[in-house]
Amino acid sequence: MNTQEDSSGANGQKRFLYVNRRAPYGTIYALAFDQDVSLAFLDDGVYQIVKGQDTEGIGMKNFSPTYRALGDFEVTKLFVERESLEERGLSSDDLLDITYEDEDDDWAEKPSIRIVSRSQMTEVMAAQDVILSF
Amino acid sequence: MSILHTVNKSPFEKSTFRSCLDHAKSGDAVLLIEDGVYAATKGTAAAKLIAARNGDLALYALAADLAARGISETSVIEGVSVVDYGGFVDLVAGHDVSQAWL
Repeated sequence: MNTQEDSSGANGQKRFLYVNRRAPYGTIYALAFDQDVSLAFLDDGVYQIVKGQDTEGIGMKNFSPTYRALGDFEVTKLFVERESLEERGLSSDDLLDITYEDEDDDWAEKPSIRIVSRSQMTEVMAAQDVILSF
Repeated sequence: MSILHTVNKSPFEKSTFRSCLDHAKSGDAVLLIEDGVYAATKGTAAAKLIAARNGDLALYALAADLAARGISETSVIEGVSVVDYGGFVDLVAGHDVSQAWL
């Protein structure tokens, strides 16, 4: 996979990468919009987007459905590290179904999640202007 | 005298789960809560640590914390008993001492 396929620079945009390395239910998020934003999920961060989360029993808000709205804010690149999944006994089948509508392709619905290897994740990080870690 | 150990941190992020198992005596109980429940999932390094104990510990995981994290019963290692909050209380009451591995 070419992790740098979406060129930046248009309209003075910077490439922003939000790095998620922590399990859910301990973190608060803020996103900068009108920028070229990607999300990276590695280490325990992959647990953020595991499907089937039911938080009723612990009395906390379930934030995971929020990820499905990202496409509406033109956040369409969610890079998920394969090795982090495998170490946790997880596969792409265990992840939320997160999609976006591609305006350049007759609004076709496409998957936002891109499973990448650890070395590809390195390349994703290397391609950014700003990296924010949670 | 048996101890109830509780672990609330992810085994991938902290060494508390490993340290707990390294210090738990045969016949002790280990209750996984909060992010500690990730240690109860199949196909992980934590699962291998549990298997290495050959069942000499009583292992439990809190149902609400499993559900919150999308961990289904089929993903939980065999030999780990799922308990609710009432079961948590029973475990505390049923052991001489509780040790929280934070």
